Amino acid sequence: MLEIRGLNVKYGAIHAVRDVCLSIGKGEIVTLIGANGAGKSSTIRAIMGLTRCTAETLSFTPPGQPPLDLQGRPAEERVKMGIALSPEGRRILPHLTVEENLYLGAYSRDDTDGIEEDLEHAYALFPRLKERRSQKGGTLSGGEQQMLALARALMSRPSLLMLDEPSLGLAPFLVEEVFDIIQTINREGRTILLVEQNAFAALNIAHKAYVLEVGAVAIEGRGEDLLKDPRVQAAYLGG
Amino acid sequence: MTLNMFVQHFINALGLGSLYGLIAVGYTMVYGILRLINFAHGDIFMLGAYFVYFTTVVFKLPWLLGVGISIIGVTVCGLLVDRIAYRPLRNAPRISALISAIGVSFFIENLAIVVFSGIPRPVVQPPLLMKPIVVGQVRLIPLGLMVPVISFFLVGVLLWMVYKTKPGLAMRSISFDIETTRLMGVSVDRIIALTFALGSALAAVAGILWALRYPRVEPFMGIFPGFKAFIAAVFGGIGSIPGAMVGGIILGFVEIMSIAFFPHLSGYKDAFAFVLLIFILLIKPTGLMGEKLEDKI
Ligand SMILES: Nc1ncnc2c1ncn2[C@@H]1O[C@H](COP(=O)(O)OP(=O)(O)OP(=O)(O)O)[C@@H](O)[C@H]1O
Ligand SMILES: [Mg+2]
Repeated sequence: MLEIRGLNVKYGAIHAVRDVCLSIGKGEIVTLIGANGAGKSSTIRAIMGLTRCTAETLSFTPPGQPPLDLQGRPAEERVKMGIALSPEGRRILPHLTVEENLYLGAYSRDDTDGIEEDLEHAYALFPRLKERRSQKGGTLSGGEQQMLALARALMSRPSLLMLDEPSLGLAPFLVEEVFDIIQTINREGRTILLVEQNAFAALNIAHKAYVLEVGAVAIEGRGEDLLKDPRVQAAYLGG
Repeated sequence: MTLNMFVQHFINALGLGSLYGLIAVGYTMVYGILRLINFAHGDIFMLGAYFVYFTTVVFKLPWLLGVGISIIGVTVCGLLVDRIAYRPLRNAPRISALISAIGVSFFIENLAIVVFSGIPRPVVQPPLLMKPIVVGQVRLIPLGLMVPVISFFLVGVLLWMVYKTKPGLAMRSISFDIETTRLMGVSVDRIIALTFALGSALAAVAGILWALRYPRVEPFMGIFPGFKAFIAAVFGGIGSIPGAMVGGIILGFVEIMSIAFFPHLSGYKDAFAFVLLIFILLIKPTGLMGEKLEDKI
């Protein structure tokens, strides 16, 4: 579904992502873990088209279509193609209502009926959002905002959903809920690229995982294998 | 003061105020989205007046056609200003866009002198709009009534667009966070262009109505109304569309009524706006209806 080879991101003199190669298959949950500043957000933002990058290959295959080269396409076009990102820090629009935030998520679509359907689906997945639908986004609690960010990213009906640290700052029981929801979304047929600090939880649900160290892929493998990998245990699992 | 005189002043104030409001809305929308003071906006207003002068007086087109062409022409000019002078600077420091705005303003004014010459030109008022209606002891000029009605109607339509339509949702979103808005699949440059188009169209209408009320046009006619409308926008709370309208109306009333009641102050007419500006900046720097705008992320 997503093929990346030789991805580089530079901010002036800072070389944040170095020759990263990633491959994400249809229906998979793939996780990208690494320490602060490892280049996780930069990678995901480059895929979304928010950060300038260079790449040998950056190709996305929408379901049932031939592969498309993402390079040179603006973020809004990538959204139309079926990629969505729930960004680091949630980035809820605080002055818009919960429902307006969700409608904004569906901006790239014109199928009114489908949008209403997905809105109901989002409310079913996150009942709290339904209760708060006409409340301003900025008045939600951190956990509710995270739910809203997730629901909003789903509103474009993405085939590839990217999540940048969805569990950041949440209470443990909420973290569990978020990871459950990610699995539910995945079972509904969406491919997921998950960036996480919570390596244990992420590796537990991931089919495939990549460990980034100072901008480069240091380890890759199946989620369960990485859970047992001594290097990963030492560096990321507090073992 | 007789009832007739008072009603005249009242309608005058409402008319002048709603014209300030119409112009102010354009300042406030662009500021709300880009945090840019579009100094060229007053000159866009001036172009509206010239367009209607050329279409109806020089080319003698029917009024409605002339007005239609003027609005479209000015809207295109507004879009060009954004495309040529502001869009290339979208990622530059904000001061660069501000300097560009000042440059565009001088450019349009001086181009107008070259193209139109500096000589004021008379605009012909359609007789239909000038025929007084007598109600009891009050004489009403249809044009005077038309100005606030059209202005309020257009701002109503604008508010509907901003709060009830999809592009409006995108506008409100961009005003807070451009990057996240792009992430939602919004083509941000297109929405910004739409904002300039709407602001310019309203400035065109204001310019046309202004040219009808004060029936002459000259290249610098946009400077003072532009300044005052900007002050009205700040007074009402920059970024707020209803605020811009309220600010405009208040300024219109202050200008007209203070001269009506204290005729010897008429020499200071253009100073009232600045007094209001200082007053609001001291009392409530965010303006009457303004929320605290955080700097852009
Ligand atoms: N806009 C920017 N300008 C300059 N440097 C940046 C910018 N964004 C990120 N960086 C740098 O690039 C490196 C990678 O940052 P990135 O945000 O991708 O890390 P991350 O893995 O997401 O970290 P975290 O877990 O803290 O979110 C860091 O050293 C960071 O300081
Ligand atoms: Mg990050």
